[in-house]
Amino acid sequence: MTTRSVRGRGRRRRSPGHVGLGTALLWLAPALVLIIGVVALPAVLLVDASLANFSITGLRRGSAGLANYVAVLNHPMLPTVLLNTVVWVVAVVAITIVFSLAIAQLASKDFLGRRVLRTALILPWAASLVITAQVFVLIYDYNYGLLNPFLQTLGLIAGPVDWLGDDAVVRWSFILVGVFVSIPFTTFVFIAGLSAIPDDVYEAARIDGASPWRAYRSITLPLLRPALLIATVLNTIYVFNSFPIIYTLNDRNPVYTHDTTITFMYKLAFKSQEKDVGMSAAAGILNVLLILVVVAIYLKIVDPRKEADA
Amino acid sequence: MRARGARGVWLTLGGLALAAVFAMPYVIMLLGSLRTSQDNKTSPPSFWPRQWQWDTYAQILSDGRFLNWLGSSVIVAAASTLIVIVVAIPAAYITARTRFPGRMVFLFVVLITQMFAPTSLVVGIYRQFFELNLVNTYAALILTNAAFNLAFAIWILHGFFSSIPREIEEAAAVDGAGRIRTLASIMLPLTAPGAVTAIIFTFIAAWNEYVVALTLIISDERKPLTVGMRAYVTGYEQHWDQLFAASVIAIVPVAILFTLIEKHLVGGLTAGSVK
Repeated sequence: MTTRSVRGRGRRRRSPGHVGLGTALLWLAPALVLIIGVVALPAVLLVDASLANFSITGLRRGSAGLANYVAVLNHPMLPTVLLNTVVWVVAVVAITIVFSLAIAQLASKDFLGRRVLRTALILPWAASLVITAQVFVLIYDYNYGLLNPFLQTLGLIAGPVDWLGDDAVVRWSFILVGVFVSIPFTTFVFIAGLSAIPDDVYEAARIDGASPWRAYRSITLPLLRPALLIATVLNTIYVFNSFPIIYTLNDRNPVYTHDTTITFMYKLAFKSQEKDVGMSAAAGILNVLLILVVVAIYLKIVDPRKEADA
Repeated sequence: MRARGARGVWLTLGGLALAAVFAMPYVIMLLGSLRTSQDNKTSPPSFWPRQWQWDTYAQILSDGRFLNWLGSSVIVAAASTLIVIVVAIPAAYITARTRFPGRMVFLFVVLITQMFAPTSLVVGIYRQFFELNLVNTYAALILTNAAFNLAFAIWILHGFFSSIPREIEEAAAVDGAGRIRTLASIMLPLTAPGAVTAIIFTFIAAWNEYVVALTLIISDERKPLTVGMRAYVTGYEQHWDQLFAASVIAIVPVAILFTLIEKHLVGGLTAGSVK
């Protein structure tokens, strides 16, 4: 499914040339400078900030020990924010996977209009998340949005719903947009996974008298396992890190009620009354630790050594 | 084989209905850009514009603010892309075609950076550019976009470089070409599809980037489109027609570019995981 497995099969290199570390570093230097300068150093500064005390204007006023972490962990809204994050990530990823499995099945078939479907699927993937979120702000609007009259015409709701203001539904309005923008990537991962399953397996199952559903459960799903794993882990990371959707759709609501850990962290530093850089940094570190756990799982599944030496 | 008969009809109907669902928000956006501001703020809303208004595009294309944002987006996306490709090619080449101590460590680090969106590090990134006196500059956006999209470019190019048969490289060496000449004249043309994918992907990612620009850019004229265009709809003025026209202009080029690289994307984004 990767580029190489298509292009390079059967033409293995015999023995790769060895070079010294010095030579290699020359070739890697630009990449290392960029990664160290813009990823590693900010990470160090983030750790430093999480242990420091800042004035409201963002000046560092000395060490704070673990006070920032204590403040984050004792923040009255932290339980709400954590619950929001868990529901957001689990719901978006699970719903996305289920829908994408079905859509990939359809999009893998050869039919008139398949090109149209695949092109339409690309739109939410290619479009900026802020822009997509902005359109949904209007679609969801209580007075001017098209969703309310549409659902009323279908008889699904009795009266208009305040999709972005009613505390009971806000979360699901976010999740719908999250699912909408996550389906394309996930579907394309599954399409690639499906295309790697040889047709003769199905042929054999058909001759053995297996029903299509049985064939799907006993052949397709097990063979899609790697794609399923990867889609789950990558989506978990993307959805967890996702900022623009919640930030844009949540514009109207009072502080933190509907925030996830990412928007919570951002608002602490840049949007709240207190503008607390140290506390935001501590929240950022906690975010990073959460992602690291998922990344560790990802690396366990992926193991870049296989890729690099294949 | 293309499905025919009743089955084919059902597949086509299902496929087109699904396509309509995914295109719908963008159709609403397009229609919203072709109606008046008041029409966007009329209850009950109508799907089709009550009155077609065609000059919104001409209006924003002559709006100095919009042109500044568009210019910022173009500069930031183009420069980030240029940096990524110049930096990724040597790194991908040396890791794919040779063995050296620390090679796996480097590839591991690259993979990890791909997992970290700048969002979680944004406070650190802000402090870093504050120290460098680069807050509110294009340079800050360009470097951040380049750094966080490097991983994808390295992985996809790594795949293409690895797939080139060794004999080709050896033939060039026999002819007396050095490593750099071999890379430039033999290897690069063979990896062109990978390079194009990396270029388009980085361009789109930088074009769509939001949180770093929101945080690091203060003056309005330096904001990229994603951040700047929000000024069309605020508590004070609500020009949904202009916001949507700007959105359409922002989406059309990336959607077209995206279709060109679609078939290489999944492989690059799932680097090595699904075989």
